[in-house]
Amino acid sequence: MPGFNFDNYQRNNFLASKGYPIPKATSTGTTIVGCRFDGGVVIAADTRATEGDIVADKNCEKLHRISPTIWCAGAGTAADCEFVTQLMSSTLELHALSTGRKPRVVTCLTLLKQHLFKYQGHVGAYLIVAGVDPTGPRLFSIHAHGSTDVGYYLSLGSGSMAAMAVLETKWKQSLTKDEAMSLCAEAIEAGIWNDLGSGSNVDMCVMEVDKPAVLYRNYRTPNERSIKEKSYKFARGTTAVLKEKIRPVVDAVQFDIFEETIIRDSDKMEIDS
Amino acid sequence: MDHMPENWGRPRSDVYGVYNPAIHNAGPTTHTQQPSITGTSVLAIKYNKGVMLAADNLASYGSLARFTDQERLIKVGKETVVGVSGDVSDMQYIQLLLERLIIEDNYEQDGHNLRAPHIYEYLSRVMYNRRSKIDPLWNAILVAGKKDDGSPFLGYVDLLGVTYSAPTIATGFGAYLAIPLLRKIASDDGDEKRITEQQARAALDECMKVLFYRDARSLDKYSVATVTTDGEVTIEQNVRCQDMSWRFADHIRGYGTQTM
Repeated sequence: MPGFNFDNYQRNNFLASKGYPIPKATSTGTTIVGCRFDGGVVIAADTRATEGDIVADKNCEKLHRISPTIWCAGAGTAADCEFVTQLMSSTLELHALSTGRKPRVVTCLTLLKQHLFKYQGHVGAYLIVAGVDPTGPRLFSIHAHGSTDVGYYLSLGSGSMAAMAVLETKWKQSLTKDEAMSLCAEAIEAGIWNDLGSGSNVDMCVMEVDKPAVLYRNYRTPNERSIKEKSYKFARGTTAVLKEKIRPVVDAVQFDIFEETIIRDSDKMEIDS
Repeated sequence: MDHMPENWGRPRSDVYGVYNPAIHNAGPTTHTQQPSITGTSVLAIKYNKGVMLAADNLASYGSLARFTDQERLIKVGKETVVGVSGDVSDMQYIQLLLERLIIEDNYEQDGHNLRAPHIYEYLSRVMYNRRSKIDPLWNAILVAGKKDDGSPFLGYVDLLGVTYSAPTIATGFGAYLAIPLLRKIASDDGDEKRITEQQARAALDECMKVLFYRDARSLDKYSVATVTTDGEVTIEQNVRCQDMSWRFADHIRGYGTQTM
């Protein structure tokens, strides 16, 4: 039969109707943003991963590396974002080796959208793809069904409206790197405080032309756990010891550890004759 | 003997037709509607000398921008403003109820007039009562004014009868786009003492601009109401969004790979 094969989808629906529903995927709830500045592009994300109403991970990493200078922020289903991103990373590297050129953001964009469209939105990956390549700094967003958008400032995820409100207020055409970084951090914070699907910390990645990309893991941590007011350790002697018996399990042997350094003559190479 | 209770006391099937069991399983009577003509967000923020509200002048018919001169901020009595979003015919009914409320309160001529907290209490009861009859007034309402002790008052009540009070409130899309911006200047109770009238107005103007950018059922023409703790109510009409940025995408072509 020509076209897409969704047999498992049918099976899953059948199972769900019989009382075996699909387990709730870990979603990234999420606020993610991207912003162009003079000479580069910066992306940022919050760090909360939710499973329904529960916070599954308080400090997850939503910023994925596709190539050294192309990074991606992901919202939607966490596993889908992670795997589709890794797939693109491998594919792009092989492609770059084949072409002999540095990988381009538009290549990654096209590969991603063709993959996601093929799966008709069932791969729940909503991504902000950004990077610098030989054509300059680029910023795009992709939705799970395969549509792409270009922009100078973008936001995605459940907290996208809170972040976009900040971006619409404070973005301007010509931003410096520091201005863009603080704008993105502020936009993510709007999502952290005002959206229940987002929270914890701000991660950021700055990709500047002719410089290595810098990942700022936990660039801002406005939700640090406060020090516990009291120590709840039980004092020694709280539980009375009635009997003590020590059984030797191993024979402890004294031995010396020393280092061995092998110096190899770099000119001579081992060749199988 | 017929052992089926469903058949006792029933008209005979051969005379009146077979009993339709769907009647037995019908559930409660429902009038729950769909709103037809609607107004979008209403925003409000308390400041040091009162409360300020904003609401645009659009009454939408689904995706049609049907009426662009709809006033959604209502002055009630001498010292209160009520902002209504949601169904416009229900808004007009609420306007009627409030008008009658004020008239009947004036019968007494006892020197006492209804203020915001009283109007709020009245509206909350009406809204909750209607929801309990499964026949709601499809609105989200903000009531702003002053309390009997002279401090600013701001309350929210909606079609479910949910009531809520805070220094900053917004209904509809405003909850997602405006609240994050308003909470930057007033996040906790008591913050309003540090906000001036100019700051409050600037914040509301900024929010209305962002809403015009990102709410697909909004308008750039709106009204701003100011209710001071001195009891003064001013409603400024035909305010327009200023300094909007629409040329940012001048150099963007296509949706990805297109260069020309």
